[in-house]
Amino acid sequence: MMNETFTIAGVTFRNRVLVASGTFGYGDEVPELVDADKLGGIVTKSLSMKPRDGNPAPRIAETASGMLNSIGLANIGVQKFIDEKIPKLSSFASTVIANIAASSVEEYCAVLEALDPFKVVAGFEINVSCPNVKEGGLSFGTDKVKVALITRELRRRTKKPLIIKLTPNVTHISEFALAAESEGADAVSVINTLIGMAIDIRTRKTRISTITGGLSGPAIKPIAIAKVYEVYRAVQIPIIGIGGITSWEDAVEFLLAGASAVQIGTYNFVDPSAGVKVAEGIKLFCEKQSIGNVGELVGAMEAQRSLSVIESWL
Amino acid sequence: MIQTHAPVHSVEEIASGIFRLSFRSREVASAALPGQFVNVKVNDSLFPLLRRPFSIFSVESEAVSIVFNVIGEGTRILVSKKPGDVVDVIGPLGNGFSVAMDSKNYKTALIVAGGLGIAPFPFLLSQIGKDKKVLSFTGARTSNQIVRLGMGHMHIATDDGSEGFAGNVVDLLEEHLSHHHYELPRIFCCGPARMLKRLSDFAQKKGIECYASLECAMACGVGLCQGCPVETINGKKKYVLVCKEGPVFETSTVFV
Repeated sequence: MMNETFTIAGVTFRNRVLVASGTFGYGDEVPELVDADKLGGIVTKSLSMKPRDGNPAPRIAETASGMLNSIGLANIGVQKFIDEKIPKLSSFASTVIANIAASSVEEYCAVLEALDPFKVVAGFEINVSCPNVKEGGLSFGTDKVKVALITRELRRRTKKPLIIKLTPNVTHISEFALAAESEGADAVSVINTLIGMAIDIRTRKTRISTITGGLSGPAIKPIAIAKVYEVYRAVQIPIIGIGGITSWEDAVEFLLAGASAVQIGTYNFVDPSAGVKVAEGIKLFCEKQSIGNVGELVGAMEAQRSLSVIESWL
Repeated sequence: MIQTHAPVHSVEEIASGIFRLSFRSREVASAALPGQFVNVKVNDSLFPLLRRPFSIFSVESEAVSIVFNVIGEGTRILVSKKPGDVVDVIGPLGNGFSVAMDSKNYKTALIVAGGLGIAPFPFLLSQIGKDKKVLSFTGARTSNQIVRLGMGHMHIATDDGSEGFAGNVVDLLEEHLSHHHYELPRIFCCGPARMLKRLSDFAQKKGIECYASLECAMACGVGLCQGCPVETINGKKKYVLVCKEGPVFETSTVFV
């Protein structure tokens, strides 16, 4: 019997594939297209204390094998989430992680405290790395002292898994992972989007309304894998790998680089059932390789220099 | 709403540079309503990455069709599809013209299309009640770019004056209505943003209800990405999503 599960701070996920915040709504958006019970977990759209309208159009633009977005954390606010979404999520078989975004330490704490009593909220992922809002967001995520402070304050307020979602828009992401770990974070999510920009050469206008946005999709996968590898060598806590995953092969690559689990983000927009397919693909791969526990893949890359790369070219 | 790998039935040029791709899907065909759209993955590669949204142009038994001109990588791939090739389709999506179309509160449908804004109207015309009087107005750059398939009689405007009224379709409509009176008219429109804005203003001035199908860049088409906001006028929320709450809106409710 294949063991697909993994555990963060006592919470067990049925498999190692989650859907990333902001790419799967609050879990109840498209039941026609995906059986969410087959996912390892669902990370909700970022929740703030009050509802947020988000940014004006255009909010998205496609780039080479990727997309820029500047949604601006549009969300229904924590109270409406409690009133309308939590009752629906209670029937889910997969683990629900609430993602929190805020513009002050106090707001992070207030949202977490509002959600902590609900059993269905199994843990928290803290967004300290949104590039598309004026306050909070990246200004927290690029400051080690603030990442440490937010982690410390939230750690005091919950016993549930606390996952800090890190930004790649820094020089050494591992220093931020260490800061989170040292203040008691149970895991880190690596990576959020990279700051990117695109200009329409005919109109000379930027292709999204906020000028710069967050770049995601297959275009960023090699960067994400390098960041996972860097963090894996620096910390002991589990890493959730994120960045451009579209297939089970991509997911296995993240596991080998050191991720204990992965999240599917942008590709949910193309194929909402991508997460389910990735989980099934990982399982089949392990069966074929006679691997009894998917966890055996974590960090199991070969450190030696590759002698021939021609097979992966052709 | 379903996701399906649908076989392509045909790709044909129905006006100069404008193509119709028809695919077979019993599920999409049977559920589709006028003004709804489908979100199409044009190939199984990662470039282009995202799906492309298209209004449903026609539904004939199991065949569903879309129209497009070749303006980017996605449409370049679509136009080269051969019968039997497969497209990955999610649909039908969004709220179409149905509620407005089926209402008893109007008697004359004024269809106004600019360029490829013709896309939702052959399907709408095939479904609209026989008790309604229907007039169609269409504008194009030039005569050979006018899509006529499934439209019946149309009042035509061309930018270059090669056919019908020389000028844009809003001017044509205004001119027409200054000479003709119709009982309880209602406008159904689709086209470039500037055209919709002018129609919206005109409709408001004349006290005519006006429903527009809006276009917007969108990634998922089902509300996951929140990428396609349109600002509401005095709405409870500042933005609504074109993919979910639209693509058809009453023009007095949103900033078109």
